[in-house]
Amino acid sequence: MFIINCPYCGEREQSEFKAGGEAHIVRPKQPTELSDDEWAEYLFMRKNIKGIQFERWVHTHGCRKWFNMIRDTSNDEIKAVYKMGDKPPIK
Amino acid sequence: MTKNLRVKTSKFIDETYRISFKFNGKTYYGFKGDTLASALLANDIHLVGRSFKYHRPRGIMTAGSEEPNAIVQLHHNTSRTEPNVRATEIEIYEGLEASSQNCWPSVNFDIGGINNFLSPVLPAGFYYKTFMWPASFWKKYEYFIRKSAGLGKSPTKPDPDVYEHKYIHCDVLIIGAGISGIIAAKTAAKNGFKTLLVEEKPYLGGSTIYQNSEHFKINNQISSSWLEKEINEIKKIKNLEIKIRTSVAAFYGYNYLLARENLTDHFPLEQRNNKTRHRLLKIRAKKVITATGSLERPLIFDNNDRPGILLSSAIEKYANFFGTACGEKNALFTNNDSAYETAISLYQKGINIEAVVDNREEIDSKLIKETEKNNIKVYKGYTVINTSGYKRINNITIMKLSKDGQKVIGPKISIKCDCLGISGGWTPAVHLFTQSGGKLKFREDDQVFIPNKYPLNQISIGSCNGDFTLDEILLNIIKTLKEFLNIKKIEYENLEVRSSFNKSKKNIWLLPSDKMIGKTKPFVDYQNDATAKDIKLALREGFRSIEHVKRYTTTGMGTDQGKLGNMHALGIISETSGSKMEELGTTTFRPPYTPLTFGTIVGRNVGEYFDIFRKTPIHEWHIENKAEFENVGQWKRAWYYPKEGESMHDAVQRESKAARDSAGILDASTLGKIDIQGTDSSEFLNRIYTNAWSKLAVGKCRYGLMLNEDGMVYDDGVTTRLDENHYIMTTTTGGAATVLGKLEDYLQTEWPELDVYLTSVTDHYATVSVCGPNSKKIISKVIPDLDFSDKNFPHMSFKNTKIGKIKCRIMRISFTGEHSYEINVQANYGKSVWEKCMKAGKEFNITPYGTETMHLLRAEKGFIIVGQDTDATMTPIDLQMNWIVSKKKYDFIGKRSLYRSDTIREDRKQLVGLLTENPDEVLEEGAQIVADINKSPVEMLGHVTSSYYSPNLKKSIALAVVRGGKNMMGHKLIIPMEKKQINVTVADPVFLDKENKRLNA
Ligand SMILES: [Zn+2]
Repeated sequence: MFIINCPYCGEREQSEFKAGGEAHIVRPKQPTELSDDEWAEYLFMRKNIKGIQFERWVHTHGCRKWFNMIRDTSNDEIKAVYKMGDKPPIK
Repeated sequence: MTKNLRVKTSKFIDETYRISFKFNGKTYYGFKGDTLASALLANDIHLVGRSFKYHRPRGIMTAGSEEPNAIVQLHHNTSRTEPNVRATEIEIYEGLEASSQNCWPSVNFDIGGINNFLSPVLPAGFYYKTFMWPASFWKKYEYFIRKSAGLGKSPTKPDPDVYEHKYIHCDVLIIGAGISGIIAAKTAAKNGFKTLLVEEKPYLGGSTIYQNSEHFKINNQISSSWLEKEINEIKKIKNLEIKIRTSVAAFYGYNYLLARENLTDHFPLEQRNNKTRHRLLKIRAKKVITATGSLERPLIFDNNDRPGILLSSAIEKYANFFGTACGEKNALFTNNDSAYETAISLYQKGINIEAVVDNREEIDSKLIKETEKNNIKVYKGYTVINTSGYKRINNITIMKLSKDGQKVIGPKISIKCDCLGISGGWTPAVHLFTQSGGKLKFREDDQVFIPNKYPLNQISIGSCNGDFTLDEILLNIIKTLKEFLNIKKIEYENLEVRSSFNKSKKNIWLLPSDKMIGKTKPFVDYQNDATAKDIKLALREGFRSIEHVKRYTTTGMGTDQGKLGNMHALGIISETSGSKMEELGTTTFRPPYTPLTFGTIVGRNVGEYFDIFRKTPIHEWHIENKAEFENVGQWKRAWYYPKEGESMHDAVQRESKAARDSAGILDASTLGKIDIQGTDSSEFLNRIYTNAWSKLAVGKCRYGLMLNEDGMVYDDGVTTRLDENHYIMTTTTGGAATVLGKLEDYLQTEWPELDVYLTSVTDHYATVSVCGPNSKKIISKVIPDLDFSDKNFPHMSFKNTKIGKIKCRIMRISFTGEHSYEINVQANYGKSVWEKCMKAGKEFNITPYGTETMHLLRAEKGFIIVGQDTDATMTPIDLQMNWIVSKKKYDFIGKRSLYRSDTIREDRKQLVGLLTENPDEVLEEGAQIVADINKSPVEMLGHVTSSYYSPNLKKSIALAVVRGGKNMMGHKLIIPMEKKQINVTVADPVFLDKENKRLNA
């Protein structure tokens, strides 16, 4: 079970958090102008990589803030956490 | 006639403290310090159970938690009974009663033993292959299989014991208190780390503590004496906590571990009351040092499973630690030096040894030399090819091994014995290491998997890291600890170590025999009765992956998770298939390392604490008025209020009728309530609901439907505009938390520019809903000052008012189709407002109704329940609710998905009403709907989602989702049931008052 360093609260148990899927997928500003395929790309397609993955997490049982996390899914090492809207600190 | 095999006194056994216990109904004696296994062995009892498949007699095999055979049931038929207890772990206490499992009618005469003679027809996969067909026979087979193969009986009475959970945080956790763990614990604690040392056994010091040989010395003292002093020292260190009888069950990522601390299992039953039995420790350690040691491997040869065959190291432990011999004529069989440690120990204790059989040819080993000096015959380059003796070994047959180890040659030699110790070398106990995410590598020299890549902040030391000799262990620990704990000096740097152990080993996974393999029974997994033959069969049948072979042969799937035989299974697969061990890898070691009781897992969360529940502020009234309750999410909601002698059906019919004829009252406090404020609140609602909100006047209410981005209905509810920039949203009872989460997600991540604030106020308000033609009269009595005229207070509007001094928000909204009011007051006034309404409504026969009546009433009106009439595949169009989807709004969540190629299909499942041909016939919710019963295969068109007998319409009504249902009005369909067919007609889902006359009455 991870220890997650919430950017607002500090280190907390994983059980206080919820994962929210891949990060940096922006909702299209004009959905009605997208083709079915383009919309499906936004709606359904996720990378689900083995290795360095950018993820969204929320501190559900804490400050309730969403933030981003960079995690190596092969060994669960958390490389970084950063606030929504911030640029990823590593590539 | 039982014998006494107790030999010279051991300091670990208190011979002045005699304990009586029962095994299979007979009374025996042992001493304080004994395990059930050691006490039985001292009474010359080996036969303790029957094997799983063939019901072969089986004896005690080990002296630890890896025991596959000696699995017993404690205190059968009592509330403290427990199955699958390892006799090698349970410490005896006065009054202990244990019985063998998996034998019927008794361990000495077992009907299932006939399977042993049938074994040529009981190969691997037999259960799968034979009993799978015909499927209808499975129940019959299962009865016999369970009866003849069951592993113990679960308790049927409530568990009288108390269990608890505890969190522990420490700097350094050390798992295992053998010599490595003791050194690590002392080093960590002395360097200022808050240290926790856990040990599964009831004593410290591992196998070194009963090691008595001059061949293993530290600083010129016998290793056990040296270690004893260390142990006495560490007991005095303040920042070191030591927990014995504590076994780590699971090692998760980020150094989170679960361990079970066993507190009372070694007490007589009458001393256990009011004490915590097991404690589940939830440990978070900054650093973890794994020192779990290693497990001795058996050797795989024909009939290697007879009672009287034990691991060589177990025989040594029984002699040195428990002071008991395992037999009067002992033989040892080995492929490495370990068995000679046993031989020397037995000799010192005066226990007779007939012979040592060694797979290896001439080896320069001090241990062998000493063994031979003691006039013990050593057969070098020999192997055991068979054993005999049904309930106890009485003979072994040995032959010379060919040079390549593939064949046996020369004459057979027969050696009489009543006990055989076997040693196939050692397997590091890497289970916890791999559970934590560690990766292994295979060391070819001695054919072992050892830790390779560690997750952060943990290390393995000692023999679980593949260091098997005393000098190696001590040398490596010093280096590892300095680096891992980042310390400069360590007190053990100049230890003088003497170890006579020669590391050579002749590893043969499956020993050769003079017989064809088909004629032999070389057991690999003792508990599940898997033989080398079964593994070869699986490979012949095309299984390659170790995970598949495991499941097909059941190797490693017992309660011991194959701690003894897994390596051999791998080895045999590797040799047979030609794949490298490294590539095969091991099967996954899953938690728990040793079984946990359910009590330990649930801790104090039993009975009413099993799951928390939420009750409304009016809950007590419902109880006083004999409501039956329904679980809705975590809420307890009043379901219906039966009067004396009323069935549920009667009560619901009465409540439903009363609500429409005069007045009903419902506790709606569980509905989710979200307070929305901020200058962009209207814009926010526009984006998350399908309909438009900007033009909703202050003081008005509107029903909203919320979609997921995929266009599917997610939640619904009425939202009220309290003020220009202030709304109160209601959500479904079950959806409250997830809706809030979803809204916060959009606000924080997609639209941070919006000025909107969300607060959950579900618990802050109690909601009393009064409906029916007389509701206006009743509420007017409760709030006489308010103008209830349709002009001042029309349907879908709200008023801020007061009931006496109590501030309240009152909405004229309806979920039943009746004229109705929802009164929201601060939660602690809820019950008094409810009682006021009851009092005011008395003259109108106001009738409290529960969720069942609420569901019935709304179904009459054709209102959906999200989650009952919808699943995650229904769009608003599928629900025939096009009216609520704004065509003008440029965008809202889910809009784009409503015209994907899939969502615009005409033949999607759509919500319709169903009327039965026979108006008294009520459909079953979930029943399938078909058009043509004769077509094969029968085409399923959909299913019934809601179904009731309507007392107001005097007929059966139902809601259903039907493929293409929208265009099927008036069509006749069939609901096939087990013994009948029900004819139905597709109808409008609004069964009552389509014109909304009642709402506006
Ligand atoms: Zn936080």
